[in-house]
Amino acid sequence: MITIDEWKERLESEKCYDLVCEIYDRIEKSKLNAYITLCKDLALKEAEKYDKGQKSGKLAGIPIAIKDCISTKGIRTTCGSKMLENYIPPFDAHVIENLKREGAIIIGKTNMDEFAMGTTTETSYFGVVRNPYDLSRVAGGSSGGSGACLGGDEAVLALGSDTGGSIRCPASFCGVVGLKPTYGLVSRYGLIPYANSLEQIGPMACSVKDLALLLEIIAGKDERDSTNAGREFKFEYCSKKFKVGIVKEMGGNEEVNSRFEEAVEIIKNMGFEVGEVSMPSFKYALAAYYIIATGEASSNLARYDGVRYGFALEELDSWTKYFSKVRSLGFGEEVKRRIMLGTYALSAGYYGKYYLKALKVRTLVKRDFESALAKYDLLISPTMPALPFKIGELADPLTMYKMDVNTVPINLAGIPALSLPAGFIKSLPVGIQIMGNYFEESKILSFAMDLEKVFKEVF
Amino acid sequence: MDVIIGLEVHVQLNKLKTKMFCPCSIDYHGDEPNTHVCPICLGMPGAMPVLNKEAVKAGIKVALALNAEVQPFMVFDRKNYFYPDLPKGFQISQYDHPLAWGGYLTIETDEGEKKITLKRIHMEEDPGKLSYKGSITTAKYSLIDYNRSGVPLLEIVTEPVMNSPKEARLFLNKLRIILEYLDVFDGNLEGAMRVDANVSVKGGGRVEIKNISSFKGVEKALTYEITRQKNLIRMGRTVKRETRHFDEANNITVSLRSKEEEQDYRYFPEPDLVPIYAEELIEEVKQILPEMPEEKRERFKKQYGLSDSFAKVLVMDIKMANYFEDVAKVVNPKLAASWIVDVLRGELNYRSKDFTFAYEKLKPEEMAKLLNYFENGDITEKGVVEVIRTKLDKGGNVDKIIESKGLFAIPKEEIERLCIEIIEKNKKAVEDYYAGKKQALNFLVGQVMKATRGRADPGETAKIMRIILDKK
Repeated sequence: MITIDEWKERLESEKCYDLVCEIYDRIEKSKLNAYITLCKDLALKEAEKYDKGQKSGKLAGIPIAIKDCISTKGIRTTCGSKMLENYIPPFDAHVIENLKREGAIIIGKTNMDEFAMGTTTETSYFGVVRNPYDLSRVAGGSSGGSGACLGGDEAVLALGSDTGGSIRCPASFCGVVGLKPTYGLVSRYGLIPYANSLEQIGPMACSVKDLALLLEIIAGKDERDSTNAGREFKFEYCSKKFKVGIVKEMGGNEEVNSRFEEAVEIIKNMGFEVGEVSMPSFKYALAAYYIIATGEASSNLARYDGVRYGFALEELDSWTKYFSKVRSLGFGEEVKRRIMLGTYALSAGYYGKYYLKALKVRTLVKRDFESALAKYDLLISPTMPALPFKIGELADPLTMYKMDVNTVPINLAGIPALSLPAGFIKSLPVGIQIMGNYFEESKILSFAMDLEKVFKEVF
Repeated sequence: MDVIIGLEVHVQLNKLKTKMFCPCSIDYHGDEPNTHVCPICLGMPGAMPVLNKEAVKAGIKVALALNAEVQPFMVFDRKNYFYPDLPKGFQISQYDHPLAWGGYLTIETDEGEKKITLKRIHMEEDPGKLSYKGSITTAKYSLIDYNRSGVPLLEIVTEPVMNSPKEARLFLNKLRIILEYLDVFDGNLEGAMRVDANVSVKGGGRVEIKNISSFKGVEKALTYEITRQKNLIRMGRTVKRETRHFDEANNITVSLRSKEEEQDYRYFPEPDLVPIYAEELIEEVKQILPEMPEEKRERFKKQYGLSDSFAKVLVMDIKMANYFEDVAKVVNPKLAASWIVDVLRGELNYRSKDFTFAYEKLKPEEMAKLLNYFENGDITEKGVVEVIRTKLDKGGNVDKIIESKGLFAIPKEEIERLCIEIIEKNKKAVEDYYAGKKQALNFLVGQVMKATRGRADPGETAKIMRIILDKK
């Protein structure tokens, strides 16, 4: 794992060009399958510019990997789907504009679950991503490529997107840091949507310090996203001994729980006040999440009809037949399942029974967080209820959906949450989740920074 | 009443500069297909809608003018359906929190005034437009032009309160007048107003006729459909609930689908837009609401002393009303009104033009100049008409036209001189006149006309001639 400081130190004595070549050598030999598209020519040109002193900015010369659902002008953006196998966006996402302004070097577009629908990156049309700590296991998802490339030294920074845990899960599984920002802090302009009301683009990195810097760069005002809060983010470290609440309803299997309890002991020993909170609405959160997310997805994905861009068929037919055929062949199984689920939930006669009810649950989840965060500065839980699975282990969709139990309530409420590595169990990474109030990323990052130091020594 | 009609009118807010949710210009008429497009109105992945506030303001303007209750809280929803002209696979529209509820508009029927009540008004985006190489039936494929995609639309839904195709036409005419008054709509542009009409006759099911694209089409489609339904009932057959399409070329309606096949649009709130809290905006728009036809009619009567019938006609078209006011600044308003309503309007109609054309070809200042000449007796009535026609057809300078065509009226002294001369030359006719022969006067006047090559005013000349003869 390479931090920005380590990379900069090497830049003092070595050429950026050579260092970037080294990264590509590693990627080309890698078995992780973290990338779908590499932009080697472009990246090397940028590295040469750095060597000539032509690049400036807070991320000058730093290699970054971009999840493949974030639009990059002129660079293929597939969303992990056959449907967009040949899609080249004509515009940059807001976050990409910001990264370019700060001089970052884009290494490539990372592998992901098709349209971000999955927890293991097994639904990608471009093949499964492997865990850098055990190639027989998954790297988590849906931002599996972004997690794995950091874990495997194939980038220094990465962007992911998080609709129900898609940044935090791979961060936990790959032993890196990942943050889902407050809804509205980072512009979604250019993010190919899965479920608009739930998702945010977020930073992934090898240290909390790097994560904070990357968040500062991607956050901020953008009028092209009407849900953008119009706020800038500046990290301010706070050494305060926060009041920390353990969420009773968020847990995991035995091994995960025992590591979490160890972590809690450490936190207490560090002088933080720790208590327990209960969130009664959480037992409905997962169901509500899957209704809202698939409902929005069923509508978002309607545009993929083979008429304007992406996957298309040579032979013409009547519209309805053509659309059906394009969509039958272009989408994978999990995507089709979620389109069907969402279509059903929004249909006349079921809307009130499912969608409206899910919105009510969403309100309850928000209230539970609000009252808990009135008592505590921060909340903690295990990020994932289990260690990284064997590839193919979670064949049953419902078992897979249940793995999101600790992460989805955060997206329903719109609050920020971070996954921090808490060492290894049986050589596999494990993460804890730190949640905070709206726009209080600085508190979360400060706390994570404190824990990071101690966890590295202890675990 | 044995016929019940309700209308859903789609109105393009085509006087705005940009589309509903993107910065593309909506001034695309006559331009190449797909030249007024961007990632947003093409529905490209990752592009997000941004609400055009001017469109909301225009919507509020219309709703206020139609006496509707503008809602302080509005939400945009997605209306999901597949059609190639719909780039996102859904249309951004409004469902349970629309722009406005209720409202009404008054029409003048043969039986007197009638209030046409409205159900609701909501905002939405226009889809693209399909076109075909050759004809729709022989073309191998459809072409799509997305220039129209995202143009701001209002959907105005009436209650089922109209009882004849004529009432529907009167309603649409009145609606058009109001929209043009508000300066949000140009009815001359292609596709500016499209109508879905619901119609049922006593004893039959409700039938919806979709997408009628012209004013005249609505009356024709309804007339055909009512006859069809009445015939079915007369033959003892049922009129089933269905959706029909108006075949404009043949003036008939054809079945599209039965009610059981109706789409489920799966409405839900558009998550990429935030709800609108419009209270301040409504107040702002109230301040800038222009004078409406009824108010203008009353003001014209008071300010210019016009008769009700002139005022009524003048306010029917905002451009005509403005033209009148521009002319009336300089000329006797009553004179201006009668020339504009009785002559200029007719000449424009004859050429299938409206007052935009008049503004171009015969500017109000020029019309005023012409009417001043007339009032001073410098030009005859016939001469005025001649100048108006020449200006509309060929253009040119008013004075030069009058001069080159010899239209300047002969001064009174000159006519008197001519009359005396003619009287002296035509002793026989003068004797006939004194003997009581009326034709003799006509003959004498005719001689003056001949001498002036028609430039003398015949009425005026006859008067002068008679005075001179009677003095003798």
